[in-house]
Amino acid sequence: MQNKEAIEAILELKHVSKNFGGITASDDICISVPRGHIYGIIGPNGAGKTTLFNMITGVYDTTGGEIYFKGKKINGLPTAVIAKLGIARTFQNIRLFGSLSVYDNILTACQKNITYSLLDSLFRTPKCRKQEKVMAEYCEELLEAVGLIEYRDQQADNLPYGLQRRLEIARAMATTPQLILLDEPAAGMNEEESIALTVFVQSIRDKYGITIVIIDHHMDVIMALCDHITVLNFGQLLANGSPDEIQTNPDVIEAYLGVDDEC
Amino acid sequence: MLEYWLGVATLTGIYMIAVLGVSILTGFTGLFSVGHAGFMAIGAYTSALLTKTYGIPIVLGVISAMTAALFVGLLIGYPTLKLKGDYFVIATLGIGQATKLIIENLPDITGGARGLTGIPSGSSFTTVLIIVVVVIWILSNFLRSKQGRNCVAVREDELAAASIGTKVASYKLLAMGISCALCGLSGALLAHYMQYLSPSMFSIVKSDELVMTVILGGTGSLTGSIIASLILIPLPEVLRFGAIQEWRMVFYGLLVVLVIIFKPSGLMGNKEFSIAGMKRLFKNIGLKTRHGRVK
Repeated sequence: MQNKEAIEAILELKHVSKNFGGITASDDICISVPRGHIYGIIGPNGAGKTTLFNMITGVYDTTGGEIYFKGKKINGLPTAVIAKLGIARTFQNIRLFGSLSVYDNILTACQKNITYSLLDSLFRTPKCRKQEKVMAEYCEELLEAVGLIEYRDQQADNLPYGLQRRLEIARAMATTPQLILLDEPAAGMNEEESIALTVFVQSIRDKYGITIVIIDHHMDVIMALCDHITVLNFGQLLANGSPDEIQTNPDVIEAYLGVDDEC
Repeated sequence: MLEYWLGVATLTGIYMIAVLGVSILTGFTGLFSVGHAGFMAIGAYTSALLTKTYGIPIVLGVISAMTAALFVGLLIGYPTLKLKGDYFVIATLGIGQATKLIIENLPDITGGARGLTGIPSGSSFTTVLIIVVVVIWILSNFLRSKQGRNCVAVREDELAAASIGTKVASYKLLAMGISCALCGLSGALLAHYMQYLSPSMFSIVKSDELVMTVILGGTGSLTGSIIASLILIPLPEVLRFGAIQEWRMVFYGLLVVLVIIFKPSGLMGNKEFSIAGMKRLFKNIGLKTRHGRVK
């Protein structure tokens, strides 16, 4: 079983490290994300979680080690190319196309299946019209599925916070990815919103079969969602395991709560 | 008198083409240029010299003008658009100034600062009008396509654009190419309308006017750029008459300040005029009044 999972890993980080000058943000990280899993990455602030996402998506180059997506080495590729291969992401501080409508945010992200050329679009040839029509229908369906259809024409910046998060995830889904990286999707959410988010993320995996890697500080969200969790601390891998194993791991408890000196 | 106003209208159309080009670059892709008059100059002198010296047809002259401006634009854009920061703006400032100085210092070819005369006439009001309509049609198609949406995505957030698979540098270069080709076209039409060219027609002031018109119209609105062009380009001519004659530049400045104070996002914001949009607007107004009656 262990062996079979290793073969089916959709994303693999092999001895990945990243230095910013003298600071080691990530040190010899090895992670293997099985296809179809919801995989959690947790750790105190500054543990190098977002750095990891930035390396996977090509925003940063790695200092050492290799990253494989579906068995293909992807570190060193530009962000846009990695996105086209099938990795989508959201950002810790929401990055929507703020002045566009909800619908246009989604439509802009639907570009993988568009094959018409610049000339087609300048003269709006039948080929362009046809593909645009298909995309428009797809966007409406997606908006319906993620529960944003009633906000279709609203400007993205004017949405409430929870819906902005949801729209960002929907935009990631619109690129028809096989893997979505969620960077603190529950940050700043209240209890009610984070429960809604948990249900939503669960449904993305179950309905579309998209593998999900999630970073968050909300332990209830992480523990409810994840099949497997990796804990990082000061750029190093601290622990690896199922939610139950992580919750009882003494190293993890120490990293989060500190050591009791008086003991 | 009619001929005079027809002239003003023709010039408005010619400059509008350049404004629309800058609108794609500044309004939709979020890149500032302070040298696009330079690309108009490249277009103007290319077409003027080719048709005057070698006697090639004006149509071919105009096409080579667009090609030349496009080529220089891509040459400047390719190395600078990949960099983060203000390098691109500085490069456009450089090319704008350099073009003017090169023209001034090659009197044997370009006529230098005294200007170039005897350019074949070609741009009538009708031809300019047709070209403007075609340009608007093509650009509105472009903006409704994947390529246009990607340009807007780059303006909104480069990192987010890259994360959905948009090649940021390529789309910046595309916007640069479109804007330069249109400025080249505008310059060439100007040359064949005026039948006279001088480097002072393409000073940095002209470049600033192009950007200012786009901003006043509303960044991210083609309709805004068109309306702003229709108001601002003929304005100095309209104000030429009567008692306000000496005050026209003051008036022009005042208008700009007023728009900045009362409508900072520009005349149209990022909204476009469309028939569907108008219908929706009237429907909303209708709904509101009906609700008012019920209450």
